[in-house]
Amino acid sequence: MNIVVCIKQVPDTETQIKIASDNKSIVTDDIKWVMNPYDEFGVEEALRLKEKFGGEVTVVGLGPKRVTESLRTALAMGADKAVLITDDALEGSDSLAVAKALAAAIKDLEYDLIFTGQRGVDDDMGVAGASLAELLGIPHVALAVKVEVAEDGKSVKVHRPVEGQTLVIESGLPVLITAQKGLNEPRYASLPGIMKAKKKPLDEKSLSDLGLDSAQFGQEGRKVKVLELTPPPERAAGKIVEGETPQEKAAELARLLHEEAKVI
Amino acid sequence: MAQGVWTIVEQREGEIRKISYEIISEGRRLADALGQELTAVLLGAGIKEKAAGLGHYGADKVMVADDPRLDPYTTDAYVAVISQLVKAGEPALLLVGASVQGKDLAARLSANLDVGMAQDCTAFAIEDGNLVAIRPIYAGKAYAKVTFENSRPQMATARPNVMAINEPDTSKSAEVIDASFTLEDSALKTKVAEVIKDESGKVDLTEADKIVSGGRGMKGPENYKILEELADLIGASVGASRSAVDAGWRPHSDQVGQTGKVVSPNLYIACGISGAIQHLAGMSTSKVIVAINKDPDAPIFQKADYGVVADLFDVVPALTEEVKKYLEG
Repeated sequence: MNIVVCIKQVPDTETQIKIASDNKSIVTDDIKWVMNPYDEFGVEEALRLKEKFGGEVTVVGLGPKRVTESLRTALAMGADKAVLITDDALEGSDSLAVAKALAAAIKDLEYDLIFTGQRGVDDDMGVAGASLAELLGIPHVALAVKVEVAEDGKSVKVHRPVEGQTLVIESGLPVLITAQKGLNEPRYASLPGIMKAKKKPLDEKSLSDLGLDSAQFGQEGRKVKVLELTPPPERAAGKIVEGETPQEKAAELARLLHEEAKVI
Repeated sequence: MAQGVWTIVEQREGEIRKISYEIISEGRRLADALGQELTAVLLGAGIKEKAAGLGHYGADKVMVADDPRLDPYTTDAYVAVISQLVKAGEPALLLVGASVQGKDLAARLSANLDVGMAQDCTAFAIEDGNLVAIRPIYAGKAYAKVTFENSRPQMATARPNVMAINEPDTSKSAEVIDASFTLEDSALKTKVAEVIKDESGKVDLTEADKIVSGGRGMKGPENYKILEELADLIGASVGASRSAVDAGWRPHSDQVGQTGKVVSPNLYIACGISGAIQHLAGMSTSKVIVAINKDPDAPIFQKADYGVVADLFDVVPALTEEVKKYLEG
């Protein structure tokens, strides 16, 4: 069973986001870049399936050279090889353009399953996975918390929670699955894993290597244009609920929620 | 030229979901700003009788795609049908609810149509005849204002609980049109093998009107009982911070924050949650925020409309009793 896992590199979730002077991007100077947390679940699931069914796990990343670090992390966890799509012309691409580049890099690989994170915790779009599947002409199932591949390795059942219920979706292979929290507990890279990862193959591809026209990528190629970034709206200053005892405070809070905020 | 506003209606087991009324109402406002018609697109099986009522909320027309293979929702079937309808009807705007289903549909449909799409928006406006959307990014640590150049339809999903629902006007009804489409069985590559219902009857956090949430200060899973009592009383769902989920006290589906659910209820009561940046990001669009915490320096108080500095184990049960008086009053 050959599996592809797509990896995005994002600012660590601890990051305080500061808007740059162009008002269209963020300040990246002090950012600690990490593998998108949802992608870690995809890597882990791929490794578990490889342990059961055999085959190879290929991780595919896209972005500047620093993304190599996240790919090496996946290799250290146990993936076999990596592809980095890197090209200055990609800077500022939107989700659909990213999906197009990923599709071009993946279409000639052999794969039975593709994993992506359910969304990047940076732009929160959650679009690249489904779009990639559409461009590759394969089905997708989003938001997996459980993946059961049939013993014959020919079909899969995926559990996906929607509001108030869990749907069990059945699909043939190949299929793309987007991973979310609850799917598994990602392993840490071991020291021998980290040593081995240094020798595993990591191919770099530019847009022209993939036969793509750079005019379709980057800021110029965006179909969704960013006009402006702003900090979140300021909330009006709150009040501390007064009272001598917790009981008094509770009574005052109930009154405020009923009379002032009118939510109870 | 592309013309008109379309909204995709979401139904489950034949019942129209609340998010659908939200986007029809918002679609009406945008259609008025453009001086164009609003069409609601309703997919399902045996669903036609629900169509005319969508006019009460502002739809001029309802296009009904009725086929047994359109219920329950599958991405394949919905994308195949809506793609045909959009190519034939050429709307200027296509709005979808940012529910789990809507986000899934919009993500794939935008690639199918090769158009730009803005996910999980919290506000829309028409400027110079074009859609401008506001969407939180980094789970709300920043907001992006976006538009769609040279890409039609302009496509966006709207976050649940954000768009106001129009007062239904029963004197208005929509013109119902049978949609013309073909659906090949070969296009259907996935199927719903089983539906496992959550029997708790609780509304999902992303759609909840009220949320009572507990963090590390809850000290253990058994103590969530006091939050559940309050939640049951006021019709709230129960959420949790990441540390509570990682400790195994609550299921993953309850986590609010940047790596969990992003929520925007009318009332969010944070109990024993200090307010890590990732948590604050995930609940900052809540309309009224209450924080109950022993530590007066907890960052959660910076976001709270009402802060109670006290032990939650004293305050929460007392609050439940006090609220009862108003509800029974």
